[in-house]
Amino acid sequence: MSNPQSNRFFFKVDWITILIYMLLCAVGFVNIYASIFTANGDTSVFNFTTNSGKQLIFIISALVLGFSILLLDGKFFSIFSPVIYGLTLLLLIAVLLVGRNVGGNQAWIAIGGFRLQPSELAKFGTALLLARYISTFNPKFRDIKSILFAALIIGMPLVLILLQPDAGSALVFLSFMFPLYREGLSGYFLLIFLGMIVLFVADFLVPLKILIPVILLIGSFFIYSNRRKQKIMFSAIIATILAISYLFVVKFAYEKVLKQHQRTRIEIILGLKTDPKGVGYNVIQSKIAIGSGQLTGRGFLQGTQTKYGYVPEQSTDFIFSTIGEEWGFTGCFVVIGLFIFLMVRLINMAERQRSSFSRVYGYCVACILFFHVFINIGMSIGIVPVIGIPLPFISYGGSSLWSFTVLLFIFLKLDSNRMGFI
Amino acid sequence: MDNYNLFNRKYVVQGLFILTGLILLGTLFYIQVYSDQYFRTAKSNVLRPIYTFPARGVILDRNEKVLVQNEPVYDLMAIPNDVKPFDTLELCRIIDVDTARFGKNFRKARRLSRFQPSIIEKQLSVQIYQSLSEQLSRFPGFFVQSRTIRQYPDSIASHFLGYIKEVTQKEIDNSQGYYRPGDYIGRQGVERAYEKVLRGERGVVNMLYDVHNVPKGSYAEGRFDTAAISGEQLISSLDSRIQKLGEELMQNKIGSIVAIEPATGEILAFVSSPNYNPNLMVGRQQGNNYMDLLKNPNRVFNIRPIQGYYSPGSAFKPLDALIGLQEGVIDENTTFFCPGYFKAGNHTVKCEHRDGNVAVRMGLARSCNTYACYVFQKLLTQRKYKNQKIAYDDWRSKVKLWGLGDSLGVDLPNERTGRLYDAAYYSRKYSKYWGYSTVISLAIGQGEMDATPLQMANIMAVIANRGYYIKPHLVKSIGKNHLIKKEYLKKNYVGVDAQHFTPVIDGMQDAVNAPWGTAILSRIPDVVMCGKTGTVQNPRGKNHSVFIGFAPRDNPKIAIAVIVENAGYGSTYAAPIASYLTEKYLKDSIGGYRKAQVEWMKKQVVLPPPPKVKVKPDVKNTDSLKSDSAARLKINKSTITTKQ
Repeated sequence: MSNPQSNRFFFKVDWITILIYMLLCAVGFVNIYASIFTANGDTSVFNFTTNSGKQLIFIISALVLGFSILLLDGKFFSIFSPVIYGLTLLLLIAVLLVGRNVGGNQAWIAIGGFRLQPSELAKFGTALLLARYISTFNPKFRDIKSILFAALIIGMPLVLILLQPDAGSALVFLSFMFPLYREGLSGYFLLIFLGMIVLFVADFLVPLKILIPVILLIGSFFIYSNRRKQKIMFSAIIATILAISYLFVVKFAYEKVLKQHQRTRIEIILGLKTDPKGVGYNVIQSKIAIGSGQLTGRGFLQGTQTKYGYVPEQSTDFIFSTIGEEWGFTGCFVVIGLFIFLMVRLINMAERQRSSFSRVYGYCVACILFFHVFINIGMSIGIVPVIGIPLPFISYGGSSLWSFTVLLFIFLKLDSNRMGFI
Repeated sequence: MDNYNLFNRKYVVQGLFILTGLILLGTLFYIQVYSDQYFRTAKSNVLRPIYTFPARGVILDRNEKVLVQNEPVYDLMAIPNDVKPFDTLELCRIIDVDTARFGKNFRKARRLSRFQPSIIEKQLSVQIYQSLSEQLSRFPGFFVQSRTIRQYPDSIASHFLGYIKEVTQKEIDNSQGYYRPGDYIGRQGVERAYEKVLRGERGVVNMLYDVHNVPKGSYAEGRFDTAAISGEQLISSLDSRIQKLGEELMQNKIGSIVAIEPATGEILAFVSSPNYNPNLMVGRQQGNNYMDLLKNPNRVFNIRPIQGYYSPGSAFKPLDALIGLQEGVIDENTTFFCPGYFKAGNHTVKCEHRDGNVAVRMGLARSCNTYACYVFQKLLTQRKYKNQKIAYDDWRSKVKLWGLGDSLGVDLPNERTGRLYDAAYYSRKYSKYWGYSTVISLAIGQGEMDATPLQMANIMAVIANRGYYIKPHLVKSIGKNHLIKKEYLKKNYVGVDAQHFTPVIDGMQDAVNAPWGTAILSRIPDVVMCGKTGTVQNPRGKNHSVFIGFAPRDNPKIAIAVIVENAGYGSTYAAPIASYLTEKYLKDSIGGYRKAQVEWMKKQVVLPPPPKVKVKPDVKNTDSLKSDSAARLKINKSTITTKQ
């Protein structure tokens, strides 16, 4: 604390980000109100037994929580990150033992009347420890040891969440690849990751007898063109073999490991199955709702899909369908614009940090948000399988709102301290 | 890698964010702005028209006595989700069904939908409804929906009235969206012919529905809703008094009666026998009753007055005379000698009697075949025609003016056209070697000529009117304003001048009233009836008894045709029946000794022998079972013997 001004709590806090945050919360409140609105039901805004009324309480308490984080010392998070991480791991184990089973997932711990979802806490716990690890050891991820260590930090909560099983939340942990990439992890990892996704999709859409020759052809092209550089040529050979065996592993895992409902979801997204009354029902109704919004939307509280309950899970995972129906393409554009602006800004803010802890943490926040936004909206419009994760700041639910608020405000606190070393 | 390079990686990440955002927006643009498929689907998701059904139009007879009315019935409905545990036994007792049936219906309703109302028990009577409505509050989730069904107070005129039935898929497809599954449509008779008038206008409420199919109120505050308008009433031309009498007289006989008011073309009686009680075609048992009636070998559903094909027989003879008079080939004093037969080439047309020299009046009164044949011969051998084929076609066109050989266009569906071939037909059949003698049977209304009873009655209407008819019809006026169709005001002239009718009518008067007339036994006291008996040869059995006539002679009020199948001479059955109906219509009662005759006639049974039951012998198995059955026979024998 060399700079006395940093003791003034809100000095150098990034108010623009807070403004966007509050806008998104407001969007959430308005649309949750619309989602649960019925023509002849209770329409009071301040009825705290309804989801929108509760959300108002959640938003206010989230703001209190957020601003109290700004009051903490910036060093707190860096110092206590292993403790926080350890705590979240303990909670994740606890939830497996004593958790409440909601919708097939053992994801909730009930403490009194209060329900906690440890997987939400695990996100910033992991982000903090990852930032601490990188800032302390300054690894460049060239050696296998540092990669493995980072993978361990990410992997432990990921595996525990997979055991719940909550594939959606686990998927979000893949977002930590981007901070690692920023800190020096080879871009090939991202490419391999991308290639795995492409091959996974291709595995379902293209028969093996076409796919394997195509891979062999591309592989032999690379092998031939690099025939003078032995090292690259060998890796190309290995990559080709791996790619082909990956195909079989995917097929096997798909048949044996995934559950039926997960298989169906994937098949629907890939267009292999149409099932309007079954699993695909949510997506179809959500698409109808969004599509019926057209350019300018049907107006606040005028969406019929929304009002008459055609979209299930509408105030939580499918909240975007309300936005799409009642506010149209214009509304969607504004919301997505706000998110993209927020994420790009977070990256810019991360880059202006002097400490690598803050930078890594900033990247983590931006990428976690990115995964949530992309998966959630993508699922609402049917380009991503149905994975039950909330839309940050907008979806109904205290646990998710608070955890995103904490995630964001910790970074805002770190950012307000950017001139100092942590 | 140095720090600068790593710093550049931020652009990769940010670029990925923006690219993904664009992908999302692009997809959104497609489903929200570019394609309107989702918008339309959303509409069909929530908006559903609910129809309210108008009462079907009532049908009255010409004296405004009700022929068909609507009777309320009540369907017990339930919304399975709202049903609380209740006393099943008690409810079943009230609605008078057994618990097994009730349970079955309730489970079916629950399978169909938990939130939608379904019918549990159809068409409860008013009595059941009254006791049920008092107790209904004890059975939450159940309610009663009222509907109307057709009810026929007199159970008469079934063939005229027809019936309504649930629409078929084909009718739904052809109705351009008017009918929906479960609707009723006039399937036969006047219900079908005047379907559009009777059905009224359906009302519609555009309801919004939520995902559980629970109604959420009317779309746009009911701006696009309409109320149901009940169907128009029809006043039929039938007179239920003589309709009823006719049906009673025709019971246990096969045939038909058509009576027309000549001045207006209104059909007063329209009897087709055998008939059925129209109340059978209503309600829960409709399907079963229909199948039972269908099994009747005498074809209950044939509408004989407009579908029965009969040779007009002697009923045609007045036409011969009238066309002859109009053409000038005869006058009223022209006589022909009747030796008891007429020889035309190889044919001999027999006459029932030998009257010597016969003129128009006598020829018709005695129904002389020879006279008719001579006139026909004269008509077809006129000098003005180049050949007899042309003469025949000219004759045919004159006959067709009377409504023969074609349909009259009565306002009921499924009217059959009569039969009368043109010259080309005979030229094809006989090559060019044919003339009047070939088709001489036509002169006496036999041979290749068929007419429906309606057409025969219409001939009488023409004669009664002395030269024209008005299209016969069964519906006098439509609606409260007594709208009459324009075509029923138009006179159709048959091309015979009025003065020529006098000798013909004289002859027909003699047939009923003169001592030598064929129908003298059917004379009505104080009424001058003109008529003509007919004994129509029937290739499939006994002759048909036919009578056509009108009354009174001056200013006729009724023209009538009666056909009793397989009943022999026209004077034995058809003429008396016609006279009773005429008397009833003109005097409103049948007096004196004739009353007993009516009762006697009602009791007569003139039915063909029941058809032989076709039994197919089981050829295939006979042989193989021979030994077996023989063995069984033995056993039977032995058991019998032991019993003895």
